[in-house]
Amino acid sequence: MGRALPPLTMPFWSEPMTEDTPDAPRAPRTPRTAHAPRTTALGAVHRALGATMTDFAGWSMPLRYGSERAEHQAVRTAAGLFDLSHMGEVTVEGPAAGDLLDHALVGRLGALRVGRARYTMICDANGGILDDLIVYRLADDTYLVVANAANAATVLAALTERGAGFDANVRDDRDAYALLAVQGPASPAILGRLTDADLPGLKYYTGLPGTVAGRRALIARTGYTGEDGFELFCAPGDAEPLWHALTEAGRDDGLVPCGLACRDTLRLEAGMPLYGNELTTATTPFDAGLGRVVKLDKPGDFVGRGPLEAAAARAASHPPRTLVGLIARGRRVPRSGYPVVDASGAVIGEVTSGAPSPTLGRPIAMAYVSPEHAAPGTEGVGVDIRGTVEPHDVVALPFYARAT
Amino acid sequence: MSTPEQLRYSKEHEWLSAVEDGVATVGITEFAADALGDVVFVQLPETGSTVSAGETCGELESTKSVSDLYSPVTGEVTEVNQNVVDDPALVNSAPYDAGWLFRVRLDPAAGEPADLLSAAEYTDFTSE
Repeated sequence: MGRALPPLTMPFWSEPMTEDTPDAPRAPRTPRTAHAPRTTALGAVHRALGATMTDFAGWSMPLRYGSERAEHQAVRTAAGLFDLSHMGEVTVEGPAAGDLLDHALVGRLGALRVGRARYTMICDANGGILDDLIVYRLADDTYLVVANAANAATVLAALTERGAGFDANVRDDRDAYALLAVQGPASPAILGRLTDADLPGLKYYTGLPGTVAGRRALIARTGYTGEDGFELFCAPGDAEPLWHALTEAGRDDGLVPCGLACRDTLRLEAGMPLYGNELTTATTPFDAGLGRVVKLDKPGDFVGRGPLEAAAARAASHPPRTLVGLIARGRRVPRSGYPVVDASGAVIGEVTSGAPSPTLGRPIAMAYVSPEHAAPGTEGVGVDIRGTVEPHDVVALPFYARAT
Repeated sequence: MSTPEQLRYSKEHEWLSAVEDGVATVGITEFAADALGDVVFVQLPETGSTVSAGETCGELESTKSVSDLYSPVTGEVTEVNQNVVDDPALVNSAPYDAGWLFRVRLDPAAGEPADLLSAAEYTDFTSE
């Protein structure tokens, strides 16, 4: 028998924090300007590690610490440690929290069991994607919504507006959390050294409040790398001690700090869409091949239902375009925005993400193409790489799936 | 960040060695290699081709981006570094040494461009 799970009836942050962080300190919001990106609670750690920083969605984030390809390989073969504190958290709580989310989002969150997580989306009234989200049900009446940094304000505003009239509260918790991720096959062993939580019992897309290295954290088995791994939501004041504890615990397992550069190549190999690339307000979930996240059979109305029903019908009969994988036969790299062409040179689509794949050893891309060119093995497909058409193979996504 | 004294530099972040018997070696600087990240593919000018100062003559692909390669001088390419074609990571690990890119016989009619920078000037330029 494993250890009993900590009770999930109370949101974990409502419990007393550790002695030295009595009130889960909230850093004052610094003004967001083009010249002063915000730093996370781990800014000093990144500086000390000599990270190459990049401005991302108003935040100064680590791009890489050394070689991004080495960081990528570490996550595939050992483990990597990420600072994802730029992600935006919104708490929805109250008796009608589930009803509110069922109305505001495309998924059926009211049916989500406590302790489970769900990948979902928020759409505008036309069915266009405002953001993709992970929603954790922390208690019967409490959900944690995690948005992309660039869309967090939009998501917060939309949930607030759509939540009017529901017996539930929408709370801006963007500054209440830091977020660390430990990803890779060694991550269960590494995290297991620092927590009594039942990690073997923590299945993919679940999350439970627990203690890691003596600090309160929501321990979630989620990620954006295609590997096993965990995301740890904690008080900002606990981020640095947790980072150091994880670094120490993973030293002998090959854990390395990882930046956003390898996060992008990891998610691309895993065929995971990125908001702003594969997902935009001009795209419905059905157009993106992710219609399964839209629960048209859920009770009640929800924002975007009518247009999404039409998009579902269109996708079933004559989809305007299909998201596919491309693998370059050559060594030049297809990048976002490059035209995809057929054998005659006619444009049949557009690359949305592309990079040299460390795992495949070749450049790879995701692209929207016309459905008649979307079948794996379609001949004659190329990408116009700055004026020269380079041949590519059409493949099914993902490019990489870990052995399970 | 290393910026060897004996080299001269272009504002496109190439370096040029001292000229010996009319031939100079070209590579990209450590500053540029660091900014690119891991280089995964280099496309170099062909041996025997003519390159022109300030003109593109190849490209470097890294994880996040592609960058044009500019020639800092005008002349005929006498040799390209096949090792760096086979192992582009040399650009990151040894940009001034094993990661050199190509050699040029300078066109005497064109002379050397007047706008190449000294090591100190290049350091100032990159810290602006």
